[in-house]
Amino acid sequence: MLTLVLFNIFNGVILGLFYVLMALGVALILNLSNVINFAHGNFLALGGYFAFVLGPIIGYWPALLVAPFAVALIGLIIERTMIRRVYARDPVYSLLLTFGLAFIIQDICRTVWGPNGLPLSVPAALGQPLSSEFFFFTGYRLFLITVVIVAVIVLFLFLRFSRMGTRIRAGTLDMETVAALGINVRWLRSFNFALGIFLAGLAGVLAGGQIGLNPNMGDDLLMPSFIAIIVGGVGSLTGTLIGGVLIGVAAAVTTVFFPSGNEVVIYLIMTLVLLIRPRGLLGEEGLLT
Amino acid sequence: MSTTTIGAVFARPARSNWVSLALIWLVLITMPLWIGAVGGYTALASRVLIFGLAAMGLNFLLGFTGVMSFGHAAYFGLGCYGTGLMLRYVTNSTLLAVLAGIVLGTLAGALFGALIVRRTGVYFAMLTIAFGQICYYIAYSWNDFTGGYDGLRGFQRQPIGIGPWVIDIQNNGVTFYYFVFVVFALCIALMGLLLRSPFGRTLIAIRENQRRARFLGIPIERHVWLSFTISTFFTAAGGALYALLNNFADPSTLYYVISGDIVIMAVMGGMRSFWGPLIGAAVFVVLQDTISSMTVNWMSFIGLVFVIVVLFFPRGILGFIRRRAVA
Repeated sequence: MLTLVLFNIFNGVILGLFYVLMALGVALILNLSNVINFAHGNFLALGGYFAFVLGPIIGYWPALLVAPFAVALIGLIIERTMIRRVYARDPVYSLLLTFGLAFIIQDICRTVWGPNGLPLSVPAALGQPLSSEFFFFTGYRLFLITVVIVAVIVLFLFLRFSRMGTRIRAGTLDMETVAALGINVRWLRSFNFALGIFLAGLAGVLAGGQIGLNPNMGDDLLMPSFIAIIVGGVGSLTGTLIGGVLIGVAAAVTTVFFPSGNEVVIYLIMTLVLLIRPRGLLGEEGLLT
Repeated sequence: MSTTTIGAVFARPARSNWVSLALIWLVLITMPLWIGAVGGYTALASRVLIFGLAAMGLNFLLGFTGVMSFGHAAYFGLGCYGTGLMLRYVTNSTLLAVLAGIVLGTLAGALFGALIVRRTGVYFAMLTIAFGQICYYIAYSWNDFTGGYDGLRGFQRQPIGIGPWVIDIQNNGVTFYYFVFVVFALCIALMGLLLRSPFGRTLIAIRENQRRARFLGIPIERHVWLSFTISTFFTAAGGALYALLNNFADPSTLYYVISGDIVIMAVMGGMRSFWGPLIGAAVFVVLQDTISSMTVNWMSFIGLVFVIVVLFFPRGILGFIRRRAVA
């Protein structure tokens, strides 16, 4: 029983980390540009497929980094050609635009790589279980956790200490003032968008090694990442981080006792949080409200 | 632009408006007669009306109150499931079942609306999506009652008996179309009356300038909540009819993709005009039906429709035509 509970909590943490990577990307874009990126899950899938293509050519380790960069580049192009045009408009347009893009990217993935699942092979050294008793404790999962944690730490350090990161945080609070200070806001938004997409691409490569690749692999992660943002509080990346891990673990623990309830429980958590604390756990009152 | 739209809604309809109004109803009444000749079928006509009703319902909120919901699939789907469950487990009366579907959708709308109405803009939209998904997962997980992933089967729309007469909507598609048409017409008449009432004008005031409306002493939250609930009423009515059309309630009617479809119908037709969403629904439904029978890559085409509408026709078909007419 203890092993079973541990197994599920561990799974929950892994799931939560995927939620976190997705949600941080969505939140970055949402906080700075007021755009809900419906296509985020499809960028994630694209990241996985890029690693699938690049892996045999340049090896797994370089692909782990190159694939997210390639996806971020595509994100950058899409931002500069399309999404940028709707910033000044009613939010309904950015929602519809990313919604349409989600359809297109998913269809492209399906056409190019087929509707069925594909395995993304990881180096054999990572595939071994580290302990015979806790069979679920494989090297790959440990590696996955490490990469996500490192990525999150780097992201937070970047936002905290670099000049660009400071501008992103400032822009989240007051874009007008940032623009008045002579900072190129258009470029800031583009960069920020690409950064968010990079995180999606990274999550895609990691998820590919865990659950394999399929054209709608990101869809199941999109809604939970929205919930993570709402639970953590819009405007706070730390909140998003906590929200993601929280609902991941909650969903996994629920699976032990009530297998079909794991989706519903994260919505229950959201409703509870909203009832008790409408702005979310760490959300700032006034931002986006 | 904004003053002209208010004028267009509230001024006594000009002669040309009466003409176009008569034309719209004429087209809708005669649709089963000619839709076969242009390559369609009667069920497609019913689907146009159903999604038209759902999109016009959404537009009550989106176009006339200025508040965006991206979760209307939930109320559409609840209308669907309410009707299906009623027919399957409780009653043989189609009318009662439709009523149950509408009540279920509207109640959920009122409840969720109360929870999210204090939020605005993109955050409001995000919450509507999230709350909408709750219904999807409940229908999806509750296997014994809702049929889970496979959807709810095992019910049939029943003939309606009025006094000595029996209207056979069960086997006759054309008769069923006219049943849908009557429900549609009643809902649209109600919607038009609401928009012409002082309440409707208040909603438009909120859309035009929320802060100013608040300073005038209008309780914004209550009005937005009412508008949200009324809007879910109409969308749920569409969903209830959809269950009857298919004799089937599909969990994907609750999924957020349908929300996106309903929003694009409203925007594509022209969300600042009363009839725009119906036109958008007609174009979208026919396009989806045609493209999905022609190519496996229909998703790309539908996605492309979204992108093109957003980038090049943000005012929708009606907005585009009117602008051309003015210019």
